[in-house]
Amino acid sequence: MSKLVIKYVWEIPVRVTHWLNVVVILTLTATGLFIAHPLSLGDSPSDFAMGWVRFIHFVAAYVFAIGLAVRAYWSLVGNKYSSWRTFFPYLNPDDRQRMWATLRYYTFIDRRLPHVVGHNAVAAAAYFLVFLLYLGMIFTGFALYSEHAPGGFYAQTFGWLTHLFSNQTLRLLHHGFMWLILGFVIQHVYSCWLMDIKERGGIISSMFSGYKSIEEE
Amino acid sequence: MGNNEYGDDPVSAEQYFSFSQQLAERGVSRRDFMKFCSAMSAALALPVTFVPKIAQALDEVKRPTLVWLEYQSCTGDTEALLRAASPTVAEIVLDILSVDYAETIMTAAGHLAEANLDKVVKEEKGKYIAVVEGAIPLKDGGIYCCVGGRTAVDRATEVCGGAFATIAVGTCASFGGIPAAAPNPTGAVGVKEAVPGATVLNLPGCPLNADNLTATIVHFLLFKKLPATDSFGRPLFAYGKRIHDNCERRPHFDAGQYVEKWGDEGHRKGFCLYHMGCKGPETYHNCPTQRYNEKTGWPVGSGHGCAGCSEPMFWDRMTPLYRRLPTVPGFGIEATADKIGLGLAVGTAAIFAGHGVISAIRGEEKMEGKKREDLIHDKDRR
Repeated sequence: MSKLVIKYVWEIPVRVTHWLNVVVILTLTATGLFIAHPLSLGDSPSDFAMGWVRFIHFVAAYVFAIGLAVRAYWSLVGNKYSSWRTFFPYLNPDDRQRMWATLRYYTFIDRRLPHVVGHNAVAAAAYFLVFLLYLGMIFTGFALYSEHAPGGFYAQTFGWLTHLFSNQTLRLLHHGFMWLILGFVIQHVYSCWLMDIKERGGIISSMFSGYKSIEEE
Repeated sequence: MGNNEYGDDPVSAEQYFSFSQQLAERGVSRRDFMKFCSAMSAALALPVTFVPKIAQALDEVKRPTLVWLEYQSCTGDTEALLRAASPTVAEIVLDILSVDYAETIMTAAGHLAEANLDKVVKEEKGKYIAVVEGAIPLKDGGIYCCVGGRTAVDRATEVCGGAFATIAVGTCASFGGIPAAAPNPTGAVGVKEAVPGATVLNLPGCPLNADNLTATIVHFLLFKKLPATDSFGRPLFAYGKRIHDNCERRPHFDAGQYVEKWGDEGHRKGFCLYHMGCKGPETYHNCPTQRYNEKTGWPVGSGHGCAGCSEPMFWDRMTPLYRRLPTVPGFGIEATADKIGLGLAVGTAAIFAGHGVISAIRGEEKMEGKKREDLIHDKDRR
């Protein structure tokens, strides 16, 4: 029989940035959809409905960008479960095998679930793509934001995107990336729910506490 | 001896131009002239101390030679320039220019006209100003636009290449405009792309605002150089600010008061046209302040959203004009990003709901399985 050990897996910066992401992605989605399809909420020209919505969107965008930078930094200095290496499971044989086993489980080919402590290998591989999606969101977002001040800091940093894609394409990308992130959120919540049941390691509560119950030999 | 200082010496008359005399002949008072100089300093974003300098520069000016070339265009920019409602100071400023060649208005025709142009290119090399209206086709050796038996690109390379500066008026000359819109059958491009070696100043707009051309010429007469430009070669004094940020309807945007349908109550009250696909938030031009037709109006002021006409390739990029977002390529004209996105979200949810049901009813092996080959040792790989 194996014994159950309680292991500290998710360090504070990992958990904080995760839950910040939850809050700001929901905020950015709600305000972003409003900006794309505004409702006539103003009663008089002195109101500031769209003004506030955009203000919240921009503040949340800064939080999102800074959170992503913190998480990226933590992937260099944090524990092995948060390391950047974990997001490229296909680069080492152990993880590669674990990734195939997980994929086989997901596609109902195999009934056995691989034993994991940190990120499940398939999820970790997907998170890197999500990271790229976040970067795309931040770059297109700040490029659009920069248009109010041509020649300013943001225009100089992100203005090349407007030349590369044209403004309207940037808008479409920014909008499309949102839907892709929402698709990821649906998948992510489902997978966590599934793994919480199947792994019995308390994966959902571990995102609050940082601790996971791991069966050891 | 003649009656005035120019006498009957035609060379002097060509070289010097008495602005005061012109003003007097046209019945424009000194006061109106100074008002014009103030307006020009404002348009160029110069301090008020420049007003007398502008007046002086205009008074003492030598006539710069100007040639106006027209290629793939609708002559809208010529129209914009010529259709002033009444003789204005601006018109006289344009009269300062010795226009030696302009297809639409010159009396000479055929070989005579082309000889005029040849003369300017040869005798005033590096000194004259070339104005280009319309796009230049490059496909099949440029044969889709020929003037006087020569292709546009051939003639433009000669004329613009030898000019002190080239002013591309209108969006077609600046970026290719409507002739260059997809599928661009003639391979049309803007002047800068057709003649890479030329010094080109872009004054896009459909049509260009003649005030911006006047201000550019005043800038040239005053400083003997072209104004500072943005990364698209457009002068900052006219294209340095976003339409959205100077728009008279902007308070309605911030307040949250939008036109939801053409002709609805919001439209009648002059609310913001953002919802109707106005491209003001992504277009740089001084329309809201400079306006058209003697400063009486401009599209947004008249209740129609901005079409983004002063931006590169606006016909392809800013369409559909009455929607916020472009259509998604490959999904047909009625598919919007949101319909596709919603489909994606619902599809994802459906797939995982199905997966969940199967997972729930499916028997499984216990986690002891990890003791076999799929056990991954929790070793530290760092």
